[in-house]
Amino acid sequence: MNIIACIRQVPTLESTIKPLLQPSAPFIDRSGLEYMTNPFDEFAIEEGIRIKERLGGGELTVVAVGPEGADQMLLNALAMGADGAVHINVNEENSHLLDSFVVASLLKSVIERREYDIILCGKEAVDDRQGAVGIELAEFLGLPHVAAVTRLDIDVDTDSETKKATARRQIEGAWEILECRLPAVFTCHKGLNEPRYPPLPGIMKARRKPHEDITDIKIPAARLSLTGLENLPRRKTGKKLEGDVQEVTEELLRLLHDEARVI
Amino acid sequence: MPQEILVITEQRGGEFKGNVGLEVIGAAQRLSSVSGLGFSIFLLGHNVEGLTGLLINYGADEILVADSKILGDYNSQVYVHVLSEKISGSDKKPAAILLPATATGRDIGPRLAARLGGAYIADCIALDIDGDYLLEARRLVYGGSVIATVKGNAPPEFQVATLRPNTFERAKKITGKETAVTRVEAKSPPDLRTVLKEIVYEKERGMDIAEARVVVSGGRGMKSPENYGILEELAELLGGAVGASRGAVDAGWRPADSQVGLTGKTVAPELYIACGISGAPQHLAGMMSSRCIVAINKDPGAPIFKVADYGVVGDLFEVIPRMIEGLKNNKE
Ligand SMILES: Cc1cc2nc3c(=O)[nH]c(=O)nc-3n(C[C@H](O)[C@H](O)[C@H](O)COP(=O)(O)OP(=O)(O)OC[C@H]3O[C@@H](n4cnc5c(N)ncnc54)[C@H](O)[C@@H]3O)c2cc1C
Ligand SMILES: Nc1ncnc2c1ncn2[C@@H]1O[C@H](COP(=O)(O)O)[C@@H](O)[C@H]1O
Repeated sequence: MNIIACIRQVPTLESTIKPLLQPSAPFIDRSGLEYMTNPFDEFAIEEGIRIKERLGGGELTVVAVGPEGADQMLLNALAMGADGAVHINVNEENSHLLDSFVVASLLKSVIERREYDIILCGKEAVDDRQGAVGIELAEFLGLPHVAAVTRLDIDVDTDSETKKATARRQIEGAWEILECRLPAVFTCHKGLNEPRYPPLPGIMKARRKPHEDITDIKIPAARLSLTGLENLPRRKTGKKLEGDVQEVTEELLRLLHDEARVI
Repeated sequence: MPQEILVITEQRGGEFKGNVGLEVIGAAQRLSSVSGLGFSIFLLGHNVEGLTGLLINYGADEILVADSKILGDYNSQVYVHVLSEKISGSDKKPAAILLPATATGRDIGPRLAARLGGAYIADCIALDIDGDYLLEARRLVYGGSVIATVKGNAPPEFQVATLRPNTFERAKKITGKETAVTRVEAKSPPDLRTVLKEIVYEKERGMDIAEARVVVSGGRGMKSPENYGILEELAELLGGAVGASRGAVDAGWRPADSQVGLTGKTVAPELYIACGISGAPQHLAGMMSSRCIVAINKDPGAPIFKVADYGVVGDLFEVIPRMIEGLKNNKE
């Protein structure tokens, strides 16, 4: 079973609390940002490793499009248990040219040359929350997709050599259980698994695992441009109610009814 | 030259859920009057004829109805196939295609955009169109604290956008305008590889927090899973649903799908009540656009108070039972 996980870095929320916004591209001062692996992509890496473990074999390759910092993230994924990494390098100065269309196209151009049964992505990147790259990648590769998956079972019928997946995904107020013939793209949601910490022997081995660097890639024209960032106006400070519990509670109910008119 | 704006409505089980459908049509009405482009509404499902009547009085040029057994349950491959066949085969090229930012809308949106070769903008909170029919959208990034403005690049074709529920104004009734109703043929795609096996409705847990008018959330301050009983009771009285912080979900007290925040759900109810939740930025990311926020926390310095409209400094185990009592008394 060949598994590919597409992963990217996102700034930690703590480092974006007071971002320095700028009037022109890239609109944010990136020097103060700290990065981590997108949490949903950690579910993708973990699920890839678990599928290998459950089936007793297979290969997991992690692929990232992005600037140099991505190397550390890829190394971490290798330490967790991925078998190989591919880094599609895009200079920091060009990273604002990456919309979901461009990223999905670049991922496609690299992935289509490889063998794959399962492609795992995160449900969304928590910084931009587009939730698009995995689904667009599926379209570009001509594969079905199941988005926001919270459970994934892989079935291999050795006689007929058919591989299929049973996925559970959440929709408003219900769960859908879908069956899907592989290859396919799945985007991973919270609840799917608990990502492991890289074990010590894994960290030692990570640097010796295959790592492909792609530097000469042509960036296609983006469909979208970022034209500005601004801070959300702060909510105006509210009322604080302190003192006798009974009185405070009555006052709260009165305010919710008379002032806010929400109950 | 683009010719129109297209709205894709969402029905489930032959019903329009919530107001988001009308909100998306409202956005189309506005973009239509700004740009001079007309708009159409696409309706897909099985036995949905009855719903067309509800869409007729909003000033659309045309209502496209794909009514077929194969559209009874949502299947991304089938839905996107039916939509894209009709859209790319039509002589009217939509400049913009608008959907609600629901689970289904956010599933169709990127796939349809990729198939048609257009831009995709997720979860817009404001939407405009310029003189060249390019969409300009505002959306929240970096945990909801920053508003990004994004713009479609030329040519203005097939720009797909999903619209955040509870954010846009509902459509106004327009009378005296002729709206054509056109049936659209629905065919399965040639290589159908996904099948829906089952839908499990989570009845016992009640309403989905993403759709609820009131969300009562509990965090680590709840101390144990059993204590959520009082939140269930409060939510029930207010006609709402119970959410949780990641602290509570990771402790195994609450299901993962009730988590509010950066790695959970984004909710924007009319009333959000945070009980025993400190207000970490990752939690705020999921609830900051609620209309009214109440925080109940015994620590006066808890960051949740910075975003609360009404903050009660106190022990939630004393406050919530009194709220329940007060609400019951008011009902009688
Ligand atoms: C990448 C990443 C993603 C994350 N995503 C999310 C997310 O999606 N959602 C989320 O919620 N968090 C998320 N977090 C975690 C977040 O940073 C916090 O750790 C979490 O929100 C804390 O949960 P809490 O407020 O329930 O617990 P705590 O921070 O422990 O707060 C408990 C609060 O309860 C109060 N309290 C205790 N007893 C009582 C009482 N009897 N009466 C009244 N008040 C009481 C305390 O004063 C305290 O303020 C994420 C973190 C990271 C790093
Ligand atoms: N630059 C990238 N490199 C690799 N994978 C990516 C990249 N951007 C997005 N993805 C994948 O697509 C998912 C959705 O991203 P987004 O559409 O940006 O919300 C992420 O969780 C990743 O799995």
